[in-house]
Amino acid sequence: MALVLTEEQSMLRDSARGLISDKAPVSHLRGLRDSKDPTGFSKELWHSFAEMGFAGLLVPEEFGGSGLGCMEAGIVMEEIGRTLMPSPFLATSVVAASALSRGGNAAQKSEYLPKISNGSLLATLAIDEGAKHRPLQTNLQAVRAGNGFKLSGAKALVVDGHVADLVIVAARTGGAAGERDGLTLFLVNPKAKGVSIERTIMVDAHNAARIEFANVEVNADSVLGEVDQGAALLDGVLDIGRGAVAAEMVGLSDEVFNRTVEYLKNRKQFGKLIGEFQALQHRAAELYVDIEITRAATMKALQALDADVAKAASAVAVAKARAGTTATRAVQEGVQMHGGMGMTDQFDIGFFMKRARVCEELFGDANYHTEQLARARGY
Amino acid sequence: MSESETADLEQFRSETRAWLEANCPPEMRKPATSDTDVFWGGRNAKFSSEPQRIWFEHMRDKGWTVPDWPREYGGGGLSAAEHKVLRSEMAKMGARPPLSSFGIWMLGPALLKYGNEAQKKEHLPKIAAGLIRWCQGYSEPNAGSDLASLQTRAESDGDDFVITGSKIWTSYANYADWIFCLVRTDPAAKKHDGISFILFDMTSKGVTTKPILLISGYSPFCETFFDGVRVPKSHVVGTVNRGWDVAKYLLQHERAMISGMGERGVGRPLGQIAADSVGSDAQGKLDDAMLRGQIASFDVDEAALAACAERAVDLAKAGQAHPAFSSAMKYYGTELNKRRYEILMSAGGVDALEWESERSRQGARPRAWLRTKANSIEGGTSEVMLGIVAKRILDLPGA
Repeated sequence: MALVLTEEQSMLRDSARGLISDKAPVSHLRGLRDSKDPTGFSKELWHSFAEMGFAGLLVPEEFGGSGLGCMEAGIVMEEIGRTLMPSPFLATSVVAASALSRGGNAAQKSEYLPKISNGSLLATLAIDEGAKHRPLQTNLQAVRAGNGFKLSGAKALVVDGHVADLVIVAARTGGAAGERDGLTLFLVNPKAKGVSIERTIMVDAHNAARIEFANVEVNADSVLGEVDQGAALLDGVLDIGRGAVAAEMVGLSDEVFNRTVEYLKNRKQFGKLIGEFQALQHRAAELYVDIEITRAATMKALQALDADVAKAASAVAVAKARAGTTATRAVQEGVQMHGGMGMTDQFDIGFFMKRARVCEELFGDANYHTEQLARARGY
Repeated sequence: MSESETADLEQFRSETRAWLEANCPPEMRKPATSDTDVFWGGRNAKFSSEPQRIWFEHMRDKGWTVPDWPREYGGGGLSAAEHKVLRSEMAKMGARPPLSSFGIWMLGPALLKYGNEAQKKEHLPKIAAGLIRWCQGYSEPNAGSDLASLQTRAESDGDDFVITGSKIWTSYANYADWIFCLVRTDPAAKKHDGISFILFDMTSKGVTTKPILLISGYSPFCETFFDGVRVPKSHVVGTVNRGWDVAKYLLQHERAMISGMGERGVGRPLGQIAADSVGSDAQGKLDDAMLRGQIASFDVDEAALAACAERAVDLAKAGQAHPAFSSAMKYYGTELNKRRYEILMSAGGVDALEWESERSRQGARPRAWLRTKANSIEGGTSEVMLGIVAKRILDLPGA
């Protein structure tokens, strides 16, 4: 398949860009941050997202969704990255929706997926436990109790954790931390007894939470997929999330870059436009090349996910690793080339730097994914 | 793409695969091990092996030395989509190109765009059939990165031009049959406006070549001297004094070729080559953790570049490519290839330092390592490429 957008995909991009740039420029995020908005995103905008078919973008049509693929999800994520719009799209529409449609039984799908599609249900995946993304190190315990399980442990960096109506929890029903066997996913109601949620205000002013589970009782129907065999489902869902975050980082990098090049064409020092200085021209050109290569790698990963999630791991690792290093470079060059202005809160560029840092940690940083590629290639 | 087009393409894929299976000798399904193992064609061409001959002839007869050129000029007449399928099927089986040629990579595309009908009919079929080997007369001792300041002059004399001057870094000039050459036809005009693009036979009276010994110990390049070489004016491609347009167009193809020169995705993975010399632990991890990290970072960037190269072709096909994008690819591809060989040298350690032994295949690795240093100089330096990106793509001021 060609690595260019189809006509339908270009139309999707244009409509996403139109809505997001109009209703949620960077000032939207700034406003939510400054007002310490309790929700952390705009419910009104989320309804617009649902009306346009974005909330259920990955949900099959039989459950009220648009039945589109990861390429399309990536297109929306890229536009989100351009304005840093805080949105449940990643946690609910990409990650949770994928987990439910790929791992859910008939009852689970028909209960949750239509509500995701119409925008009435927010969901999220609770995976990380330590400071770094290490899915196989999952150690939150799920012990059989009667007809169900009792969950005990803690999760961190749960995106939208304090507003979610449904939390998909990765837990250990067997094996030891580090093993693939013994992982199980559970659908947990965050209002259940024993669940305590602390909203963590993050550097990027996007939603995240720490969640503690103290002997939380769930019944057998809450298991998503197979007991002890959750690793494969989790791999696929995480890879879809990684592809989406990589796309967000491409959008973010591209936007920072465009703003920076514009600045180089307008800012004068020493009686010249600073964009005339070769020292800056070459750095800008190198960054451009980096972004274009990362964009292609990300499209490749999203296409690979649409072709066969189980075979996309290496392409996804390449994309997320590249997205991490590229976005890091883009935001650093962005601040540096904007000089003192880049350091001010009044200027938007710092918001991009902060979000890039969080995206880098989400679902594994560049080092993590570079390591995954080395292992996959057997050295 | 419509369903019937997709179905046609899938049929083409299965037919192509079957044909390649039947016609590509097993020996030709791995990368060439040295330059002498590459078939360049030409009047004095010799095959280094029987499988090389068979493979070349089968591909030539099908028009697949130049799969996307029109059939009337000896090509295969494939569409862009079919060409992509052929390339991917060849890559899957590791089939090497049957014919390497500056005629295919550089002159052909320029002739297809700027040549007149007589020139196309005369030269393209001979390139496709590997009958004539071409070299490129661009750089001069005082015109390197600043190519447009070239001084080799062509003076009008009746129906001919008389060419005097010298070229440098002329790849394989000592083996070439013909040259495509930039000459100054109007010394009074501004430097870009007095250049013409002209073709002539290297056996013409007044042409001499002298190989240049490089740090690799090999001489892939020559100095080339022209002393009153007489060339018919009909050999000018495009308009007299507008040769810079042809030169630039050809350079885009040259840059695309050089950016693809790295051994991407062929042969054994770098990590396994390194394991041969540095060893691995019980889990199969390279024993040198820092080297392992460097290789993994390289692999990430290499895979990403491969995706970008694929996308560049797709964008061109869709009419969405920026004409200067080949400069971006050339910059990154050549820097990456240099990185690859730094890693290979580090991985090889002492073993990679031998220069003349049989064990080292006459120092194949260190010589190749040194050769890669030219990648970011030839066809436009990395600095020139970044300047082109800054000015033509980013539109930064102060051209």
